[in-house]
Parts: sequence; structure tokens; C-alpha cells
Amino acid sequence: MKFGVVRFPGSNCDQDAYYVLRDVFGKQVNYIWHQERDVKGYDCIVLPGGFSYGDYLRTGAIARFSPVMEAVIAHAQKGKFLIGICNGFQVLCESHLLPGALVRNTGLKFVCRHVYVRVENASTPWTISAKRGEVLRIPIAHGEGRYVAEPETLQKLNETGRILFRYCDDKGRISEEGNPNGSMENIAGIANESFNVLGMMPHPERASEKILQSDEGKVIFDSIIKTILLQ
Amino acid sequence: MPQVKVYVTLKPTLLDAQGRVVQKALNSLGYSNVEQVRIGKYLELDLSGDGDVSEQIKEMCDKLLANPIIENYRYEVIK
Repeated sequence: MKFGVVRFPGSNCDQDAYYVLRDVFGKQVNYIWHQERDVKGYDCIVLPGGFSYGDYLRTGAIARFSPVMEAVIAHAQKGKFLIGICNGFQVLCESHLLPGALVRNTGLKFVCRHVYVRVENASTPWTISAKRGEVLRIPIAHGEGRYVAEPETLQKLNETGRILFRYCDDKGRISEEGNPNGSMENIAGIANESFNVLGMMPHPERASEKILQSDEGKVIFDSIIKTILLQ
Repeated sequence: MPQVKVYVTLKPTLLDAQGRVVQKALNSLGYSNVEQVRIGKYLELDLSGDGDVSEQIKEMCDKLLANPIIENYRYEVIK
């Protein structure tokens, strides 16, 4: 089983993702430089958080056209696993691998703190180790994480169970207070139609060890490792 | 050598959090008649050669300069 972590100029959570996969989960993991054009042999690719290309023009807009993305898109189209965390989620939306877009937080502030998200669908490759309705405490760190989409897109996401995580309070209630950025329907993470691509704003790689206040993000990596092993 | 001016604006249905803050700031400066501010982007492109560039500009906007999910755009070609 082999993981790859893409490094764009401006990625800054690449080392965290690499560390968690290698040291916490003991998996083989390589960095993939943004100029590489071959991503064969990876079971799962991580687009990490950060500020790829300085967030110029729009978040993820320039990264989407970097050389590696062509291969990453082909990887996803083959049904292989791809997760975009924070800036990675923004890149996935810009690449049209996921619907909708991420815009400036309603409160305009860069929000960097632990939040609660509720697992909305536990029968996906990314959540099979979790329980439906389980509340996870995971940090966010973004200025542009407000998920927006057309009403038809939201309806489709709801009907097909593709909303995997919603912001909530500590009791798992979906409320405005529990929504840190103004995301439509408190959306924190969504999957594509075939569930092999996940985008989420919270950082599970920053919540994978008790020493970092919470290890509740581990369940996402646990799930995908389990899924790959079952294949 | 054509110059192109591109204006990218957030779709009217989307909340412009920045624009709202600027509107409130103008109100508090005494401009009480300001009811809405929307902030967009303005780009100037200098192109080489002659000929009609409209189609090309449209393509550039759709592909990169604007995100059609959240933004509208318009442009002016100045000869």
C-alpha cells in the first residue's frame, strides 16, 4: 500500500500528512513534486493544506493547472483514492473533481481552532471505521472555507449521501453556532459520485495523536487504509 | 496590439462578506445612502498581434480567470 503527498509551491501541511501516514500508521509514503507527470503506483494521493501558488487569483486556481494535476485527475478517474484537505479541497473544486466552490469565510477572519464535525455517512471508503452521527473534534485553519454550490448541486449531494461531514456543536447538533465559516448546510466535507475522491476543510492530519489534543481525525486514515486492504 | 480589460464579479446570489464590511464602513463615515457594495476583480491583459481576440478571451475567462460557479465576468477589448 503506497500513499503519495503532493507538494505545490506553498503547500505547508505536506509534512504533517507525510508524518501521520508514515509514523502514526506505518505506511509507505512518498512526496510528489508538483512538476511530476507520473503518479502511477499510488493507492491514495493526498493534496495537502497550505497556500499553493500564494492563493493568487483564487484559492487552488493556479495549482489546478500545475503539471502534476493532469496525472492526479487521471488517477481519480481510474477510481483510485484521492483526498484533498483544506487547500487540497479548494484545488479539487477548481479541478471540477468535486462540485461547488470555497469562498471567503462569512466572518472574514482566518479561523484556526478545533471544531466539531458530524459523520453523515459511514458507508464510504473514508468513513467505514466511523459511526454515522459520530462527532469528531478536528481543527480547521482557513480563511476561505465557506462551501457554496447551486441548489441543484446541494440537492444531489444530499440525495446521494455525498455530504460526509457537517460542522456541528459538541453534541452533534447542526447549528449556526457550530458553523465556523458560513458554509451552506454546514458542509465540511464532500465526496464525488463514486466516493473515491474526498474533499474536506478540517485537518485530520493535525488530529491523529493524543498529544495534539485530539486523535479523532485518525478515523479517516483508518477507514481508507481498511478500504484499500479490503480491495 | 489589443488591450483587454476583464471584470470579474461575485454572482449576485452569493454573499459578499468583504463588500458588506466596506458598505458598513461607508455608512459609518456618514454615507448613509450606500445600500450595497460588491467587490470584484479587475484585470488588464496586453496581447500581441491583431485580429479578433474575443473568443480567446472568453476561453481564458472560462478556463482560469473566473470560476463560473461563483463568478460572472465581462470584458472590453481596446484596440
